[in-house]
Amino acid sequence: MLEIKDLHAGSEGNEILKGISLSVKKGEIHAIMGPNGSGKSTLAKVLSGHPAYKITSGEILFEGKDLQGVSAEDRALNGIFMGYQYPVEVPGVNNAEFLRMAYNARLVKQGKEELDPMDFDDLLQSKMDMLGMEVKYKERNLNDGFSGGEKKKNETLQMALLEPKLAILDETDSGLDIDALRVVADGVNKLYTKDKALILITHYQRLLDYIKPDYVHVLSKGCIIKSGEKGLALELEAQGYDWLTKV
Amino acid sequence: METQEALTEALEDSQDYKYGFVTDIETETFAKGLDENVIRALSKKKDEPQFMLDFRLKAYEKWLTMKEPEWHNVKYPKIDYQNISYYSAPKKKKTLESLDEVDPELLRTFEKLGIPLDEQKRLSNVAVDAVFDSVSVATTHRKKLMEVGVIFCSISEAVHEFPELVEQYLGTVVPVGDNFYAALNSAVFTDGSFVYIPPGTRCPMELSTYFRINTEETGQFERTLIICAEDSHVSYLEGCTAPQFDSNQLHAAVVELVTLDNAEIKYSTVQNWYAGDKETGKGGVYNFVTKRGKCVGDNSKISWTQVETGSSITWKYPSCILQGDNSVGEFYSVALTNGHMQADTGTKMIHIGKNTRSSIISKGISADKSSNTYRGQVKVGKNASGARNYSQCDSMLVGDKCSAHTFPYIESSNSTMQVEHEASTSKISEEQLFYFEQRGISRENAITAVINGFCKDVFKQLPMEFAVEAQKLLALKLEDSVG
Repeated sequence: MLEIKDLHAGSEGNEILKGISLSVKKGEIHAIMGPNGSGKSTLAKVLSGHPAYKITSGEILFEGKDLQGVSAEDRALNGIFMGYQYPVEVPGVNNAEFLRMAYNARLVKQGKEELDPMDFDDLLQSKMDMLGMEVKYKERNLNDGFSGGEKKKNETLQMALLEPKLAILDETDSGLDIDALRVVADGVNKLYTKDKALILITHYQRLLDYIKPDYVHVLSKGCIIKSGEKGLALELEAQGYDWLTKV
Repeated sequence: METQEALTEALEDSQDYKYGFVTDIETETFAKGLDENVIRALSKKKDEPQFMLDFRLKAYEKWLTMKEPEWHNVKYPKIDYQNISYYSAPKKKKTLESLDEVDPELLRTFEKLGIPLDEQKRLSNVAVDAVFDSVSVATTHRKKLMEVGVIFCSISEAVHEFPELVEQYLGTVVPVGDNFYAALNSAVFTDGSFVYIPPGTRCPMELSTYFRINTEETGQFERTLIICAEDSHVSYLEGCTAPQFDSNQLHAAVVELVTLDNAEIKYSTVQNWYAGDKETGKGGVYNFVTKRGKCVGDNSKISWTQVETGSSITWKYPSCILQGDNSVGEFYSVALTNGHMQADTGTKMIHIGKNTRSSIISKGISADKSSNTYRGQVKVGKNASGARNYSQCDSMLVGDKCSAHTFPYIESSNSTMQVEHEASTSKISEEQLFYFEQRGISRENAITAVINGFCKDVFKQLPMEFAVEAQKLLALKLEDSVG
């Protein structure tokens, strides 16, 4: 599904990713771990098409197609979803209306008819019931005044609605207490099916107690320095990153 | 020919400001300059009764003693008032029996602007008074309105047909010597709209005036007077555009509203004068306007809604004098500045009667290198017991080279008044837009959603179709400014 080949990328002339290669197949969950400043969030931004980040060499293929020059909007419409580390607050824009805009944009892309507010509300309610979310998420403005946990739940709701092929969750566990973490992780597990792929970006191992990865990669200074199966995460938890980064 | 027209239109649509065309039409224009003789000539040209000439001369005398205000937060080179022509009108026959006699070029101009004036195409639920340069060219639905006693015509016609109403009310809300620009307007105004709603009448349709400046070196000085008698109601909308010129045009209008007991006027403006070149700031309209309403009667209400998106400089404070007991004044404003635009706008709420209430919702959006100032005054007199005011002033910044300023003044001589003021400043950011885009929503729709969210409280005051227009207008203006 996703093929990253010797990717070099960065922003404002600083190269942050220095030759990353990674292959993610349908039905796989990959965890990308690493210390602060290793380039984890940059990788998420480059994959989702953030305009401030440029690919200098190498390529990213999604379902066989090169993503170079493809806008964030088109990547999203083709099924790439990014769960933000810090979802931005947008005062004045109703959350349900925002969700409907996003949902309808996909329908239009697929050549289908848009859902009217009534039908959309039914769909939204069913997703919220599945995730155990309160009605307030429909009434409030987009992330406006949301707590850290509420923002992440709202990200999960968006993922549930948009049903992406590839979801990249950037530090989903940051800012969550253990209860909120469980709710979000349960949601992600419910949404994950074998025809999809998931990339979890995380600093700590604890998220991986809830969402079990198939592979773990350690990122340091813009390179993947070690890859392994899920046991690697436990080793990291026990020993920290130092034993890998010290050469 | 048709292809040529389509091509021209397509070209116009692709430009930033699609109303920037000039209509080639024969006009009668006075030589530049202003003195007593010009005023006498103008009054004579319009065949005005004596009281009008007296009104103008009194205003001119006042004007000569006044200075251009300098307290506002805008900068522009000194205007040479002798280098402006004070009268320009499309040449026409003495009286028009029907629209067939209006110059077809003019009809086409208004059609291009989306204001069809001819019988077949006119908007069915909106009556329009079209003002071209200084003169009203056509008023639609006049007869139909007359059937219920509503008078809607150009103010020039009102001076001749309803002189007693004009004499009774003109200058009662904005006195001839009120301020520099109002005095100038009172001396030289050439046309504008007049509305009278008789007692107990709800005006059956929206009334609207469409202003168009066409000639390069003409000042436009319109005068609007709206009177709502007891228990009556009207909703009125004003729209404005001008061609693109490198020089600046002066627009100094005066609008006076009067409500008697239990009457209500809702006055909405969508202002889109040419704002000057986006990069250099050259050209554009100086919009120096005095708008004021007087709630003369008890339980009456005046509501101003404005969406200000054009003009290189805006200086305008639609205000309410709340004289009648329990009267209500409202001000809803969205002011957008981009390029090199400067706006200093706000309102005055003057509480005189008992239990008078006012609310102010102001939304300022500044982008590029523009400057956007809210200036408001709430004044409560000593007899205005129980007066209440609520003010909310929010600013949104787009980019980091623009500025937003808020100057709220509160003055009270009555201890029973209650005043609430809230203010906020926010930014539309690249991260917000990226968030939308990452969910598959186009940048354009994202900007529209964020701006509409910000302006929601004001847009919902506008008549439906104009709210949609206003939303589109803002999105269009901001598209290049974000990011």
